[in-house]
Amino acid sequence: MANNGPGRRNNPNPQRPKNMMATITRLLSYLIKRPGMLVAALLMVVLSSLCSVAATYMMRPIINNLTDAVANGVSELPGLLTSVLQLFLVYLVAAACSYGQANLMAQLAQKSCNTLRKELFDHMQTLPLRFFDQHTHGELMSRFTNDADNVQMALEQSIVQMLSAAITFVSTVVMMIYLSPILFLISVVMLVAILLVIKIVGGRSRAYYREQQAALGALNGNIQEMISGMKVVKAFTHEDAAVQEFRELNENYRQAASKATFYSNAMGPISGNISNIAYAITAAVGGALSIIGGFDIGGLVTYLTYSKQLSQPLNQITMQMNNVLAALAGAERIFAVMDEEPEIDDGKVTLVNVEKHEDGSLSLHNGEGRVTNWAWKLPQTERGKLVHHDDGHWSWEPRNGGDNFRLKPVTGTVIGEGEDACELVELKGDVRLTNVDFSYVPEKQVLYDLSVYAKPGQQIAFVGSTGAGKTTITNLINRFYEIQDGSITYDGIDIQGIAKDSLRRSLGIVLQDTHLFTGTVMENIRYGKLDATDEQCIAAAKTANAHSFIRRLPEGYNTMVTADGANLSQGQRQLLAIARAAVADPPVMVLDEATSSIDTRTEALISKGMDALMKGRSTFVIAHRLSTVRNSDCIAVLELGRIIEIGSHDELMAMKGRYYQLYTGQFQLS
Amino acid sequence: MNMIRRLIPYFKGYGKQALLAPTLITVETICELILPLLMAQIIDVGIADSDMGVILRMGALMLVISCISMTCGTLSAKYAAGASIGLGANLRSAEFDQVSKFSFADIDHFSSSSLVTRMTNDITNIQNTVAMSLRMLVRSLMMMIVALIVSFTIEWRLAIILLIILPILAAAVGFIMTKCHSLFRAMQTKIDALNEKVQENLVGIRVVKSYVRADFEKEKFRTANDDYTSAGLRAVLRIVSLNPIMMLCVSTGTVLILYNGGLLVLGGELPIGQLSSLLNYVMMVLMGVMMVAMTLLQYSRAQACCDRIFEVIDTEPDIEDGPLAQEQLPRSGGKVEFRNVSFKYTKTGSGDDVLTDLDFVAEPGQIVAIVGGTGVGKSSLVNLIPRFYDATGGEVLLDDVNVKDYPLEELRGRIGMVLQNNVLFSGTIRENLLWGDPNATEEEMIQAAKDAQAYDFIMSFPYGFDTHLSQGGVNVSGGQKQRLCIARAMLRKPSVLILDDSTSAVDSATEALIRESFYHNLKDTTVILIAQRISSVRNADKIIVLDDGTIAGVGTHEELMRCNKIYQEIYHSQLEGGVDHG
Repeated sequence: MANNGPGRRNNPNPQRPKNMMATITRLLSYLIKRPGMLVAALLMVVLSSLCSVAATYMMRPIINNLTDAVANGVSELPGLLTSVLQLFLVYLVAAACSYGQANLMAQLAQKSCNTLRKELFDHMQTLPLRFFDQHTHGELMSRFTNDADNVQMALEQSIVQMLSAAITFVSTVVMMIYLSPILFLISVVMLVAILLVIKIVGGRSRAYYREQQAALGALNGNIQEMISGMKVVKAFTHEDAAVQEFRELNENYRQAASKATFYSNAMGPISGNISNIAYAITAAVGGALSIIGGFDIGGLVTYLTYSKQLSQPLNQITMQMNNVLAALAGAERIFAVMDEEPEIDDGKVTLVNVEKHEDGSLSLHNGEGRVTNWAWKLPQTERGKLVHHDDGHWSWEPRNGGDNFRLKPVTGTVIGEGEDACELVELKGDVRLTNVDFSYVPEKQVLYDLSVYAKPGQQIAFVGSTGAGKTTITNLINRFYEIQDGSITYDGIDIQGIAKDSLRRSLGIVLQDTHLFTGTVMENIRYGKLDATDEQCIAAAKTANAHSFIRRLPEGYNTMVTADGANLSQGQRQLLAIARAAVADPPVMVLDEATSSIDTRTEALISKGMDALMKGRSTFVIAHRLSTVRNSDCIAVLELGRIIEIGSHDELMAMKGRYYQLYTGQFQLS
Repeated sequence: MNMIRRLIPYFKGYGKQALLAPTLITVETICELILPLLMAQIIDVGIADSDMGVILRMGALMLVISCISMTCGTLSAKYAAGASIGLGANLRSAEFDQVSKFSFADIDHFSSSSLVTRMTNDITNIQNTVAMSLRMLVRSLMMMIVALIVSFTIEWRLAIILLIILPILAAAVGFIMTKCHSLFRAMQTKIDALNEKVQENLVGIRVVKSYVRADFEKEKFRTANDDYTSAGLRAVLRIVSLNPIMMLCVSTGTVLILYNGGLLVLGGELPIGQLSSLLNYVMMVLMGVMMVAMTLLQYSRAQACCDRIFEVIDTEPDIEDGPLAQEQLPRSGGKVEFRNVSFKYTKTGSGDDVLTDLDFVAEPGQIVAIVGGTGVGKSSLVNLIPRFYDATGGEVLLDDVNVKDYPLEELRGRIGMVLQNNVLFSGTIRENLLWGDPNATEEEMIQAAKDAQAYDFIMSFPYGFDTHLSQGGVNVSGGQKQRLCIARAMLRKPSVLILDDSTSAVDSATEALIRESFYHNLKDTTVILIAQRISSVRNADKIIVLDDGTIAGVGTHEELMRCNKIYQEIYHSQLEGGVDHG
């Protein structure tokens, strides 16, 4: 169901929700958040229905009085104007209530859906990457579009319409039984017939609708593929064949959709005319009855009016029922996303700005001047506390049976006292992976017993074939995924103890696939550091050697970048991503094929900038090009999730192993 | 209305249905309006005269009419479905045809995701609106007109009140609806913006998480979400105000007629029964107006979609066939010449020239390489040869004839192109390769696969050439994909083969083999290749060094090594690290 693409929006025929009651309750909780509006709206629904009923009744005495007056030969009726004005007043109230009700429900629906979408989006931001791996973008997009729209529609209209249709139906039936139980037998037959039609025609309509959706999926898939590949189609002058193929799918869809639409359209006229047939029979039988049994004419006329109206609320309910079911199914899917477990983030260690004193001790940065040093702030937790010893030194002691907190001697500076005391450990960029095992899915292990470490300021490179697990390592350092075994430490602190925000803020990552956001070039660079000035952004762009091409863009730094980035080449996008990382100025850098789409000369040109970017920082580099990694302090050759060789370029060359083969071209990576 | 005028031609093939649907619904409506009259006969004649015969006859007649009505109603539903879906299919087809004529600049202008929406959602919306108006609109209009006529025949002095109320109602509805159109359009823009936010967060979730920008994104989303809600509310609240206005008009009408009618009754000028039925018909007239208004409302929503669809259909492709006829074309040789060519992307902004004053010649059979940094205009240059874009100055010639003079199909038929963003289509490998030449024999296809060094890996797949590729070719590696694309282009046996950095994911040894086959098997083909690696270009007959949109040097590897600084830099940047690995 994920890839039917757009076009599924006008969904008259939903999958049935699985757990209806729970979903309804939860959905209603959004309406109840604004109790005043809800109560007022419902009151107005009732009031406007009552007014309509009242108006019908008020007509009767007026007509009756007129009839009497005429019968009595009176040519003046003093109460006429008053009663007409009273009627008008009731109409006014009905109109006002109907407006108020519709207005309030619209606001309620829009605002509830606003909240719903906001909560959904906010929750989505907390979800682990694993979740995004398991769901296609199209699938998640449709939570925000189709599903939220369906909910909104239902809240806005369906509830009220179904409510008033139900009231009308019940009161009409009651009036009919009251007027003539005998004639009502005919109406019962009619009702059964209508329900049968709804069942049969509705069933057909559903069956054809499924066919239509399948055809639509194929058609939309084709449109998607051909339109996005249109440039290749044109390069091969394949337009005619593409048009031909499209026509076939278009025709398949047309046939299926015509049938599906016919059956859903036919429901109205068929059931409406069944009630006409019943009307005819009732008129004849009623007429006969009134001759034989003296059934009064007024009663007959009223009964017939009711009989004619009876199919309408049924049709309305059937139609709205589809909407409501669609909404509930949509709401259920939305709630399913909202119930997903968020990323585990229980680390207490945070990243802070500090000042480093001459004796090597640290103190919190007072907020003035340029930030020069970063440190990890380790607060006391329920599992470990800081103890001040008599000889003046501090140590960590377990508490509450906690055993896996950092129980090494204090290496940094302790500041504060008592429960507020915390240790500051300078951020140096010492990242160690020890005996790490990892798999994305249980049955397929990706990394085996992997150990590698970066001393502060070192550049570590990973080389290896696609699928060897290079990118996976960066995903683990970032804690996008949780490792199954082993440990990853950062300046001696297990990364599971570090708050994710702090961990990620300390890492600058340039990813293989460059993603830019809608906005100007400047805004995209500033994404790395939201409070960066224009000058800082431009300086970063110069570092990344992006300045020269940005200058040539139609609006320079103010050129809009579109999400699909049609106006920038892959290489240009990578340069922007590097500029973005440069402006963030993080203590540790991870470059995952950051320069793969950049030509070597430009790469050579930015290498100075890159060197500046990497200088003094621990850097992890993943690259296909060996020229990119050759100067690294340490190169790890990965194969099938294991490090098979590790060492400096010279060491590896001397080993004459896989790296040597790669470097001399005897062996190719796939 | 403008929209209808635009849509009518697209009913082609479904004209009969489009006419029958409203006709049949008219019959149905008339039938329904007759029923109460017959019923009145039963009461006024049958019961009053205690004539069972009349009652049964009228009853039977009503039954027959109901059956006719049902048949007509159902058939009308069928034809309306056929006509509206058919219209949708025609529109979609017209759009697709048009897009297939677009130039690259046109496609860039719309962006492919927007084109997809215009072909899917927008058309569905039109379809629904047309289906609704073919029946509902006609039905309510009929009901309104017939009821209005009947009202006048009953008592014109009262019915005239309707003539006062109707214009007021129409004006009010019209006023509200004119605003609705722009409100809906505004709302649509906000929806697009909202969807864009979600989309880019899904695509770029790693970046968002890496930079810890969840709060920043939440804030952006909140703004977009609130914008959408307030735009939506503005539109909906305006529509909501329609209802009470209409109710007010209906009740004013009813009350006025009741009062004045009452006076007439008292004056003995109108029988009381007539007043009752008049009130019923008045109700019908006003209900009809309400339904018409509701349908028109749907129109203003559809209008926006219609605009977007016709925006595509009305776009004149800015690149069209040249004037030369088949027999006027030169023999296919493969000579490519640039004379004073300059180029800029006019559709995407003012911008500077991307290419300025380019002059060079690629002789038939030569291998010409283009090197230069990221973004200097290499791809733009080669895109001018098959006229994916048109040069904005100077001329590009193929076999001494300006490319603008060729019929497009002829021009592109002579050129094999491997684009930077390679796309394979869902289907088997065989089907994908045959894109190059649908009439190629099995041997030719195998040869092309071998030349592109793709044969071995294709045969390593369990189904060989019949291996199914999923959309975008995601089940083959990047290097394999590129080799398939090269094979596809080679199968064309073009006189000019253009490779836009299309071996970047292929390792150097394999690439060398592919190059080798250029020399041996494509002796008569002019090859223009863009490459990053010096190793890929050093044996070319001519190397063009492009810098900042101009030619910074032309020559062989040796010549350029002697005197071209940029080329030397490129060379040295690649010297370290020796062989480059893909």
